[in-house]
Amino acid sequence: MNAFDYRAPRGLDETFAILQEYGDDASVVAGGTALVTMMKQGLVRPRCVVSLRDVDGLDGIEATNGALRLGARVTHREAEVSSLVMERLPVLAETFRRVGTIRIRHMATIGGALAHADPNQDPPVTLLALGATVEIRRAGSRRALPLEAFFRDYYETALEPGELVTGITVPLLAPASGAAFLKFLPRTADDYATVAVAVTVTLEPDGEHGREARIALGSVGTTPLRGRAAEALLSGERLDENLLRAVEEAIKAAVDPLSDHRGSAAYKREMAAVMVGRALTQAWEAARRAAREGR
Amino acid sequence: MLHLTVNGTSHDVEIPTYRTLLDCLRYDLGLTGSKEGCGVGVCGACAVLLDGTMISSCIALAVFADGREVTTVEGLADDERLHPVQQAFIDYGGFQCGICTPGQVVAAKALLDAIPDPSDAEIREWMLGNLCRCTGYYKIIESIRAAARPRRP
Repeated sequence: MNAFDYRAPRGLDETFAILQEYGDDASVVAGGTALVTMMKQGLVRPRCVVSLRDVDGLDGIEATNGALRLGARVTHREAEVSSLVMERLPVLAETFRRVGTIRIRHMATIGGALAHADPNQDPPVTLLALGATVEIRRAGSRRALPLEAFFRDYYETALEPGELVTGITVPLLAPASGAAFLKFLPRTADDYATVAVAVTVTLEPDGEHGREARIALGSVGTTPLRGRAAEALLSGERLDENLLRAVEEAIKAAVDPLSDHRGSAAYKREMAAVMVGRALTQAWEAARRAAREGR
Repeated sequence: MLHLTVNGTSHDVEIPTYRTLLDCLRYDLGLTGSKEGCGVGVCGACAVLLDGTMISSCIALAVFADGREVTTVEGLADDERLHPVQQAFIDYGGFQCGICTPGQVVAAKALLDAIPDPSDAEIREWMLGNLCRCTGYYKIIESIRAAARPRRP
């Protein structure tokens, strides 16, 4: 690892001042699972590492206005075992539970994972399907960005120098909706996904016809991505075998996976379609139940 | 200057900012129980507790522990008496070559601190992150089950 200045500011204002001072040469660290690993491998060499450990106001999970807000420093483990998350968005709790190991989930934070922008991560997939918004702050201003616009490329985000992810807001599911997250990993349970998919479906009040769906995928491109063409096929339709096949074909056309030790590009493309088909079926079933029960 | 408490003893150490917590424990404090296996947070050989929470010390900077409390495998035994998890690993053969054992024992302690009477599924979920290249997993699970069993009077 290279030598660097280490700063542990006491509050957000001090954090922004340091980020401004160092600009592009500063790296923010919270849990360290991403940054320290990359520094050890010589992949990043920041001149300054800014730790958020003593910065207040980045913790907490709260329910606000039909959404959950999670602070950037909330760990994956905290999100996974939060009764609020388990009750209101079980699909999100389940997604966090599938990341790495408990030891890593104790360390890795939500904000850190987003800023890391590794397209093989699981939570961004479910957060995309749920329509989450990232809260970004800098000295004197803040902005909210749809998560989809946040990921720009492999390990690249829309964050400007001096900016910090401070939280994420995740809307709860609308009435007559269902959600599913599936992680396909043929090797070990703590591995990155070969393909990960999350689907949310909202049905018409009749509980049979699709109104809106979001399909998100991880590990099949340079960023987590949406299967918009596949989503559009579902509007106003009933789910049957023909429609499922059409959705799967649209997914194959939407993904652009890399061949690696987790599988060839062709294999991942096929599996992306298979997993979307399964997740869509599950989410659709859950949405039908919700419609029947008036939820 | 870094100030931390390790296994109840407070230390002040002068270290470069890029020191990992694992290297600080092993080279600055001479506590070589925690091992470096993969070095990237996967294998669990370097597991320690930071303020009671299990972490990978190989991907934590030592400065993360400034003002905090670290528990390593050396801190589990109470004077001459082994921690119940350590005793169970001996009684039930929960180790073979031994290099993963400090991490396994720390992880098992973290598990029992969180869930005193874990199900087999909970044991497997917690211990998923501790690799044993001798593949002695069944004995490790058996040891943890035994350590969790309520003590007889």
